[in-house]
Amino acid sequence: MDLQSQIVQYLVTGLTLGSIYAMVGLGFTIIYNATGIINLAQGEFVMFGGLIMVFLTATLRIPMFLAFFITLALVTVIGIIYERVFINPLKQTSLITLIIVTVAVSIFFRGIAMFIWGKNPYSLPPFSSGKPIMFAGAAILPQIFWVLGLSLLTVILMNLFFNRTITGKAMSACAGNRLAASLMGINVSKMILLSFALSATLGAIAGASITPIALMEYDRGPLLALKGFCAAVLGGLGLGTGAVVAGFIIGIIESFSAGFISSGFKDAIALIILILVLFIKPSGIFGSEEVGKVKQF
Amino acid sequence: MAIVDLSFEVEPGRIKSIIGPNGAGKTTLFNLITGVHPVSGGQIVFQGKDITHQKPHYGAGIGISRTFQTIELFGNMNVLENIMVGCHSRFKSGLLASGLRLPRMKKEEAEIYENSMKLLGRVGLSSKAQLPASSLPLGEQKTLEILRALATEPQLLLLDEPAAGLNESETDGMSELIYSIRDQGITILLVEHDMRLIMKVSDEIVVVNYGQKIAEGPPDVVQSDSLVIEAYLGGEIDYA
Repeated sequence: MDLQSQIVQYLVTGLTLGSIYAMVGLGFTIIYNATGIINLAQGEFVMFGGLIMVFLTATLRIPMFLAFFITLALVTVIGIIYERVFINPLKQTSLITLIIVTVAVSIFFRGIAMFIWGKNPYSLPPFSSGKPIMFAGAAILPQIFWVLGLSLLTVILMNLFFNRTITGKAMSACAGNRLAASLMGINVSKMILLSFALSATLGAIAGASITPIALMEYDRGPLLALKGFCAAVLGGLGLGTGAVVAGFIIGIIESFSAGFISSGFKDAIALIILILVLFIKPSGIFGSEEVGKVKQF
Repeated sequence: MAIVDLSFEVEPGRIKSIIGPNGAGKTTLFNLITGVHPVSGGQIVFQGKDITHQKPHYGAGIGISRTFQTIELFGNMNVLENIMVGCHSRFKSGLLASGLRLPRMKKEEAEIYENSMKLLGRVGLSSKAQLPASSLPLGEQKTLEILRALATEPQLLLLDEPAAGLNESETDGMSELIYSIRDQGITILLVEHDMRLIMKVSDEIVVVNYGQKIAEGPPDVVQSDSLVIEAYLGGEIDYA
């Protein structure tokens, strides 16, 4: 492979990884905005998305298209139960306690997944058959278009939701000022539930679409959550668009460093970026100083 | 600060003020009425309905709205959006309808936009509709909070120190706004330290100290009440 086709190949891989990180980062942002909680079980939504998709298509033989939507629905329900059972009853608790609860939930979810699916990774046939497309000397799997397309669509829909619907506005209001929001007649508890449901749906989309390329196993969550968290922080915690752009940046840097430096270092890269951002510009590359000061972390 | 023994009524369409020294429990009272703090004893009745143990978001739906002593705007939104969120409780279309952008929803959204702009026009803030709410000077932020509360179309409006931090001419503007809200038929419960404003706009005054009512009546009666004079300053009230 010459240099040019190598670069194209790494770029495509980076975009694919990046779109997953972007969706996980967006999931973090939505829950953070509604509650101030960093949901460290965010990666488990992705894991469930992948494994439930595998269960529906391989075990129950449900057609791919239908299985995809059932997966989204089931993982969303998991998100709803999660909020109602573990978060909602703890209203008077400090934020840090709630974040530790999310760690516990993440471990609990992984335990359930290991119990059901075991420790082996599962694969999934791609959403549509077809040979890899050759472009500028690089081979691009058709599934990559699914991943990119679905994440792009999700990001656009989320954007429309938050900017164009009154419910989205109500959720942003909770992010801006929870007390005032509740006194404007917004049911904050319902908005928090909605934020967990939405985040779970986002995770499920990411998980179901990435599994045909990257496989999925019970303990994939934490690493994905870590990368997504890096994206959310890098993008300026609380900024949806920032998290998406930062997700793509991390994906591309990771892919290039795996290709040109060493694949052993690729996971370290995201962490190095996170540490650098926290040292140099804690408000993130897109966050303003003023907003950064308000952050509780 | 706890409310110990405090009972009063507010007549519809009137301006009732609560005064008392700092820490007397005035803001606590507002927090109890609006469900921000849980009520441990006693009863709050609004239009014949017991609302003692309702959640904070309940009030907006039945016609109670409030402002805050410390400004609580949505800092992540512009001036217009702040008011539009206030219209939230009047909004009928569900999530699905708004997501699909059905005609009913578009019509409702247009109405909300128009109402919000009308409210802004009322105080001459139309030209600042698109500015971030946090960029407004203090007086305008206070006014914006009142507009946002009005957007919920309340029957009872609780104003927590609307004139705090305002200069004299801004305070005059505030009293004009309070009058115009009263003339709309909205009942007002007012907490304020600015005695000049209180004596000017109030129909009736309740004086509290240490969570207890020590006097109630029209401004001129309350002014000459010896208990009140003692609670304040331990001497005479300064009306300047």
